[in-house]
Parts: sequence; structure tokens; C-alpha cells
Amino acid sequence: MKISINCIDASDGKISGIIKVFVSSLVHFIFFVCLSQTSLASELDYGLVAEPVAKGTYAFIGSTKYFSKNNGGNIVNTAYIVTDEGVIVIDTGPSYRYGKQMREYIEASTALPIIKVFITHHHPDHFLGNKAFADVPITTLAGVVDGIKRQGDAFTDNLYVLIGDWMKETEVYIPTEVISPGKISIGGHEIEIIALDGHTHSDMVILDHTTGMLFTGDLVFHDRTPALANANIEHWLSSLSRLQTLNYTYLIPGHGPITNNEHPMKQTSDYLSWLRTTLEQALTNGLTMPEALEMELPQSFRDLDILQEEYKRAVLQLYPRMEQHYFDK
Amino acid sequence: MQQTNPEKQCSRNRLNQSSFIHYFLVFNVWLLIFSDPAYAELTIDPLDSPGWKTVHKVILANEEVVFDDRVEVIVPAVAEDPLQVPVSVRVEGIGHIEEIRVFADLNPIQKILNFHPGKIEPFIAFRFKVQQSTPVRAAARTADGVWHVGGQWLDATGGGCTAPSVGRGLANWRETLGNVKSRLWSRTDQPDRLRFRIMHPMDTGLAAGIPAFYIEVLELKDSHGDLLAQIQSYQPVSENPFFSVDLQSSQFQGLILTGRDNNGNLINQALK
Ligand SMILES: [Zn+2]
Repeated sequence: MKISINCIDASDGKISGIIKVFVSSLVHFIFFVCLSQTSLASELDYGLVAEPVAKGTYAFIGSTKYFSKNNGGNIVNTAYIVTDEGVIVIDTGPSYRYGKQMREYIEASTALPIIKVFITHHHPDHFLGNKAFADVPITTLAGVVDGIKRQGDAFTDNLYVLIGDWMKETEVYIPTEVISPGKISIGGHEIEIIALDGHTHSDMVILDHTTGMLFTGDLVFHDRTPALANANIEHWLSSLSRLQTLNYTYLIPGHGPITNNEHPMKQTSDYLSWLRTTLEQALTNGLTMPEALEMELPQSFRDLDILQEEYKRAVLQLYPRMEQHYFDK
Repeated sequence: MQQTNPEKQCSRNRLNQSSFIHYFLVFNVWLLIFSDPAYAELTIDPLDSPGWKTVHKVILANEEVVFDDRVEVIVPAVAEDPLQVPVSVRVEGIGHIEEIRVFADLNPIQKILNFHPGKIEPFIAFRFKVQQSTPVRAAARTADGVWHVGGQWLDATGGGCTAPSVGRGLANWRETLGNVKSRLWSRTDQPDRLRFRIMHPMDTGLAAGIPAFYIEVLELKDSHGDLLAQIQSYQPVSENPFFSVDLQSSQFQGLILTGRDNNGNLINQALK
């Protein structure tokens, strides 16, 4: 008590000093808030910088976190290939703003026009930038078009909630061209379109035989926990076995750093196999969903970013389906 | 300039401000005496919810409550699918529990379920529907009439890659209405368990043109027809509800589930 009286009593000067500091920092704070509000409204910047991967091939490598107002949904890898005829873009990012900034960056780096956009699958972080490429053929598998038509609007609504202002003017823009699996030649590049599934019902993989680049879409996650919202684990695992038979020099995963080896494929399949076994065991041992949610996760997956978060999401997405199946047996 | 002696300044100020200090001190002393921090901790809503007063009145009739961690409510931090939010409630270490009420302060229909554990464990797990972010709570009433309340906030603002809930209702729901499937687990290191699923649309009545249609009561009985436990469920319980409860494997023999929905459809099935 003595101490607290001293503090109050002896601090006439101190109090006014504190008030002064408080008032001036308040003024600064208000100024700062106004300032940042204005800049928020006008110029949210993804700060995209492309990483050169091989001759004429560049990738924009996003964060390995989840969607947030901090990252504006830049949690994804997109890429482009500069061919003799023009530029091929692979995936357009999570928002119109991202697509626009990506396009500005590409157009500042080459005089060649953008002649083709490929979309790997129907998840929002991979196609919501489409509108920025509305004058270019946007090409994908028929299944991806179906997926966008079915879930595109719901995904867009969710992203408006998750990343807010970054989504301004973003709307679903459906790809304009359907492609069948096989080889095509664009600007001197021999490009193979491979139709797989498992991460979603329709996942497109692009192999550039000319440079040896493998664009896996979200069939491969690297140092980032796979997302299972629309997944079929069996199919995903067999797609990964198929990918492991391909010849490539560099692998550009849907999320996480680029590599020249199959480590991220193994990482993804190890996690998926573990997840399947673990949830099946939980179910046959009579565990409830909250009990499955609270389970301890193995140390061996500590390299996977946001492991806890994505694991929980996977349980919430997969367990109800598995339970229904188990009780229907 | 001469330094002011802090002691002197102190006493002068104390005189000047004596009345202020006096009140300040008195106030503090009263606070110390009458606001036992332990008591405050038990009666101030730890979830700091704007809806607590309302649910305290509506769900618990303003009866005596204490906030108590031993009423363990598990919900995910984020509702990935707002139509299927898993929740489990377990009460441990506060004696016999007469009734457990599960509710969500900020849901349009706050009441989710009342559970009378009777002769089985004070544990229940199931799934329910939410409209927005809300505290999810369970209140467990002990024999002295006090409600012990536990809970957690649930964030239901958005699910990113979540598949929207489409076409959940089976086309032939009328044919399967009230069908029950169940499984029993005898376990060594944990209580034995019963899980069962009942086919039912569980319509809230909040969607335009679809009246409320939900299971109102379920009773778990032993082979003699004696009541083991009772569940009163309300509209927010998810479609085709899944319930998990813990009991003794000695109670497994001849288990029967009976029940009824708000349209008078009956449920009656042996569980195995
Ligand atoms: Zn994806």
C-alpha cells in the first residue's frame, strides 16, 4: 500500500507527462490508422516477385500458411513460361487483384503477349485471378470447369470473409476452353496435359517436355500440410504413384518450395497414408470426432507447415463421411 | 534548481489529495474484502459473451451457476462445416450429475440438447448446426441444484476451401425416417461406448417453407425396460444425428432405444 501511495502522490509531473505521451501517441495512432485505411482501400500490394526456375520459366512462390488478411490469400504457387510465341500462365491466384498484379509483372518483364492460361484445379487460390486474363483463352479439364460452376461462388464468398479487401472486384470467371489430356505444342514447347484426381475430383498436371518442368498443382504439397477439403485419399495416392514415374528436372508444387527431387511427393503421400490409417483406426476404436481432433500428431511431420490447423480441418472434412460409411456397412 | 525532496512533495501532495486518497483506499479495502477473487472467477463469464445473461435466464432459469473447468466442452476452434459442428461434453470429478444442458448463446435457437445421464456416464458427443460465431456451453446440474458451466467459443465465420453443404437430404428420407444403426465398444482403458445414428431430417423451421421437424426425445433402456438415460434434443442437432455415450459393457445386453419426433413419429430399436 505504501508503495502505491508514493507512486500516486509523487507523480504529479509524471502523470501529466504520461498524459502528454498518451495524447501524442493517440494522435499518431489516429493519423496512422487514417493513413493505413487509405492505403488499404487503394493499393493492397502482393509484392509479387517471380523466381526464375529454368530457361523462360518463372514461378511466384506463395506463403505456406492459411488464407489470412495479412497474406491476402497469397498462399499458392503460380507460374509462367515465356515461349517463342508468347507467355503461358499457370494458375491465376486467389483474387482478381492477384491476377492483375501477376499480369502487370509478367507484361513488364517481356514484350511477348500472354497467349494461354492453364488452371490446374477448381480451388479458389488457383483460379480467382482469372478475370484479369479475360481476353486470353483460359484452358482446363472439363472436370475443373464443372467444379468451378458448382463450388466457385461458395469459395468466393468464403474468401471474402477470410481475406476481405484483397478480394475487391473478384468474381468467378469460368475457364473458356476445355482441353483433353495429351501433348500439345506451343511456341516451341512440347507440353503434356495429364488428367489425374485425388486432391479434387479433377486435377490437371502439366509437364513441359522441352524444359523438364513439372507443374503438379495441389497433388503435391511441399513442407506444407496437404489440404483435404475435396480429397479422395485413395485416388490421391495413386495419382502420386503415377507422378513418381514421370521424368522431370524441376517440380513446382501447388504449395511450398520448388525442388529437383521427389521428396515433396513422398512427403505428401506419407502424410496422406498416415492420415487415412489414423482416422480409420480412430473410427474402429469408437472415437468421436472431438476425440479424433484432439489426437497427438507424430513428430515425423514437423516439417509440414500449419500441421495442427490442417489436420483438424481434415478431420472435420473427412470424419463425418467415414462415419456414415462405417455405419452403413 | 534545487531538487525537490520526494518525501516532502509526497506529504504535501498527500495533504492536498487526502480526500481522494481516502476514498481510493477505502474503496480498495472494500473491494479486497468483498470481492474474493476466487468467487469472482466462478461467477464472471470467462467467455465474456454478450449472450450470457440471456441464456442464463432462458436456459437455466437464472438458477445458481458456477463456471467450472471440470465440465469439459470440446468443439473445434473453427466450424469448417456450420451444419455439422462436432461437440463433446464430459463432466468429471463433481459427483453425480442429474442433467446436462448444451446450448449456444448466439444461435437463433439457443437450446441444443438436454441430457439426463441417469445410470450411465456424464458424457455425450454429437453434431449440431450454427448460424454464426458463438460460445458453445454445457451446464451440468449437481444434486445441490447448482449448474456447473463449461464452454468454448466457436468461430463460424468462414471455411476457405470448405465444400458447401449441398444435397444433404436423401431423396428417400421418408423410407429411412427413424432408422437406427448402432455399434458398441468394450474398451479396456476407457469407459465402454455406444454410438448410434438415427435417420431424421432435423429441420429447424428457420428455412422458408419448411416447418420445424425434429426428434424431441430419446430414451435408452435396459433389458427390463428400465430407463438408463434420456436425451431431449432440439432443432439445432444435425441432420441424421449421431450420438456417442459411455456406459458399462454389463449394460450392453438387451439395450433398447425408444423415442419420438415433434410430429409423433416413433423410434423403437434394439441396439447391438
Ligand atoms: Zn487445392
